[in-house]
Formats: sequence, structure tokens, C-alpha cells
Amino acid sequence: MEVPKDLKYTQEHEWIRVDGKKAVIGISEFAQEQLGDIVFVELPEVGTQIDQGNPFGVVESVKTVSDLYAPAGGKVTAVNKELETHPEQVNSSPYENGWIIEIELSDEKDLDSLLDADDYSEQCKNEME
Amino acid sequence: MATSSNLKTTPLTAVHKELGGKLVPFAGWQMPIQFQGVMQEHQCVRDGVGIFDVSHMGEIEIQGPSAKSLIQKLMTNDIDSMQDNQALYTLMCMENGGVVDDLLVHRFTEDHYFLCVNAANTEKDFQWILKNAGSCNATIRNTSHETAQLAIQGKHSEALLQKLCETPLSEIRYYHFKKEKIHNFASIIARTGYTGEDGFEVYVDAGHAETLFRAILDAGKEFDLQPIGLGARDTLRMEMGYALYGNEINEESRPLEAGLGWVIKLGKDEFIGQAELKKQKDEGNRRRLVGVRLLDRGVPRPHYRILKNGAPVGELTSGTFSPSLNTGIGLCYVSPEYAEPGTKLEVEIRKLSVPAEVVKPPFFPTRVKKD
Repeated sequence: MEVPKDLKYTQEHEWIRVDGKKAVIGISEFAQEQLGDIVFVELPEVGTQIDQGNPFGVVESVKTVSDLYAPAGGKVTAVNKELETHPEQVNSSPYENGWIIEIELSDEKDLDSLLDADDYSEQCKNEME
Repeated sequence: MATSSNLKTTPLTAVHKELGGKLVPFAGWQMPIQFQGVMQEHQCVRDGVGIFDVSHMGEIEIQGPSAKSLIQKLMTNDIDSMQDNQALYTLMCMENGGVVDDLLVHRFTEDHYFLCVNAANTEKDFQWILKNAGSCNATIRNTSHETAQLAIQGKHSEALLQKLCETPLSEIRYYHFKKEKIHNFASIIARTGYTGEDGFEVYVDAGHAETLFRAILDAGKEFDLQPIGLGARDTLRMEMGYALYGNEINEESRPLEAGLGWVIKLGKDEFIGQAELKKQKDEGNRRRLVGVRLLDRGVPRPHYRILKNGAPVGELTSGTFSPSLNTGIGLCYVSPEYAEPGTKLEVEIRKLSVPAEVVKPPFFPTRVKKD
């Protein structure tokens, strides 16, 4: 299971890739695997303010509906429109083509409470048991 | 919540784990919801052939001089005209017209039958039949625990199963069956299914299930056979608009409103529920079960509200994403004024009203081998 070292993670299986004030958010390899075939992603509008720990969108597989939780607060600066026609990219490429939103961070301190790759891998292992 | 320890297992549960199946609780059973993935498994059945373990389904055997009259009294469909080796879809209703279960009657001979019933209803059905049998001259046995059921569905199902049995399967017509050996095990091979594809449902002793399952998997390699989970079983049945007990029909629903009038033979001999169903027919439908198809993105789910110009007019009994149509589909009861195909409605998905239209199921053309 791929857990890139350069990302931070939430306990709810979102990842965040920070680049200066901007950050890209998606769901992990583990999450897409657990959800199964993703057939719909509900995206927020660009410009929406999202708050750390609160739902900002929804991802649906054939059998399940799951909220997406914001790893950090900020303003949405871009959404992955390709997921409207190709939601399966979240399955096939969770860390690249399956990215979900980009935000401008409100407060970089939000990142301090997130899991690093090792801790997140450990959590996934525990959930598998 | 049910834990895996108090869930029933089929003779194939260990094999499912070995094959990478994701096991979930379903109707008191531990069943595989998926193996490779619902979309891919769905397509496997539509394009080729898949195998399902449906051993959770119940089997009830009825034998004796009064078997026929008992079944005739219990069922809404007319079993009088059934031939040996024929299967028939029917409802079993209460006096008030509510549905105890929907099931298949299989006739071995005029005084020997077996019923295939829904997993969650097996014990309830068995008790219902015993209660209504009274002292009639028939032996009624719940054989579910000793019977495994495999469904082999898809256009290659006949060629695949033919490799393992001698009797020419082409002679088994739709909704007929034969008692024959498969891979040397005594089986009942029925040309029935719940997918809309040509296919078979095979009943075999639980003790032989694993060997037979593995033999079929092996024989199926040349057809790219895959094991299929309950997730795809549901998307396949939904595309056909088939009713699911517990969703479209239950003890409170009116089967005529569910479009099941074709299995309610009001003119036959007396049966339980007949008077009330006649009355309901004369009164006319207050509402009708219709198919809805989303006209925009989204996945409809059971209990989502159906709106007309923003006002609620019903709720979905079933809803899912249709892999074949690449769109959301659902079933719901609406008043007759909204039941015409083409009627524009909306499905409320979270805070959004997603446009939808009424369609007459099946949503996707069936390819069963009708005579």
C-alpha cells in the first residue's frame, strides 16, 4: 500500500500536499481501496471557505457514501473538474490524477495536528486487523 | 450490530476469503460484497459469465398427497398448470394482501415441490407454511442448512456448465430445471436467475459445495469466469427493475402497486389474500412502483425523497449507480399522475434536487432465454 512520505494525513484518510501557502487534498490509497469503485465525487465551489475537521465534499462508491473532511482550513482555489466525468481516477491514481481540491491555507498551524506517513501507515495496519 | 461471530456462514465462506472477497453482514449471514470490484464484476456478468454463492437463500421442500393443494392455497400465482421440472415465480401473501415473501416454486412431481425463498425470510416462511398447513397430508422440511446454491450467470454459462455435466443443458428452457449430476454430484440445475442474463441456479448438497465451486472456477478459466459478490448482484437486479423483498415489497406493501399483478391469479382456486387483493384491484392503485433515471450526476439511494417541482411525492425503495448505463437509477412508489414514462421528477440527494425522469423498467435490455 502506497503512503507517500512527503504528505500529511488525517485519521479519516485524507492526505494533504503543502507547497508554500497552497495545499492539495485527496484521499489515500487505503481509503480508495476500502471504498471500492468510486462513481461520484461531490466537490465544493471554488472560493468556498473550509474548516479543519469539517466535511467539504462527498465521495460515493456503488455501495457507500463518505464525507470528505478537511485536513486543514482555507479557501478553495481549485477543484478537480475531471472527477465529474472520471471519478474512477480517485481509485486509479489517488495521489496524482485523483486529487480533489486545492486550498489556500488559513493557518499553517493546522498541519501540526496531522499524521505523518509512518503514523498513518500504522493506523491503516490497525484498521485492517 | 452483528459481529462476525453470530453471523451464519455458507460452505464457501473460507473460499471467498481465499479469493480476496470482502465479507460483510447481510441478512444475518457473512457474505462477500465484492471480490475484484463491483463495476468490474457487473461487467463480467453482462459480457461473459460470473459465479455467485447464494447459499444464504432458503430452500423448503414440500412433499405428499396434499402438497399441491397446500402450495396452491399459499401462493398468489397458479401452480395448477405447472409441469414437472418447471419453476414459477410467485408471491406468498397474508390475508390482508401484504407480502410474506416472493419466491420460486419448483415442481419435481405433482406431489413433490421445493421452494427457493429469501434468506432473511426463511424461518418466517417455514413457520408460515407450517401454520397454514395444519394437519394436511404433506411433509414440510426446511432444507436450507443442508443445501448450497450457486448462480452461474452470463452468456457463457451454458457452455461452461456443459463441460461438467452430460445432460444437454440446451434442453433446459427458461424457468425449467433438471435433476442431474454436475461434476458427479447430484444437483438441481435450474435455468433461472436474478441478473437479466441467461444463466443457471444450481442447488447441491452443502457438503459438495466447495469441490463443485472450485471445479466450476477451474472449468471457467477459458471463459474468464470470476466470482461475483452481492454488490454486483444488486446492480444487476436493479438494471432489470426486479423487486427486492424488504425494499420494494414487504408485509405492508400492496403487490398490485408494485406491478406484480402478473403473478397474482385472482381467478384461480382460493388462496390466502385473494379476497383482499381482489378488493384492492377493484379500488385501483393509489400509487405505482416506477423506475427513475437521473438526468444529471449523482447516486440515488434507498429512502431518498422524490420531488415534483420541489414538493415531495415519494421516496426511493431502491437506488444505485447503474454500471451499464453510467447513471443513477432507482425504484419508487408515486401516485398514478406521476407514473407515466417521461414524467420529469427530481431526486433529493443531500441538499441538491437532481433532475430525473420516469422510465419503464427494465433499465437495460434483458437477455434471458425466453421461449
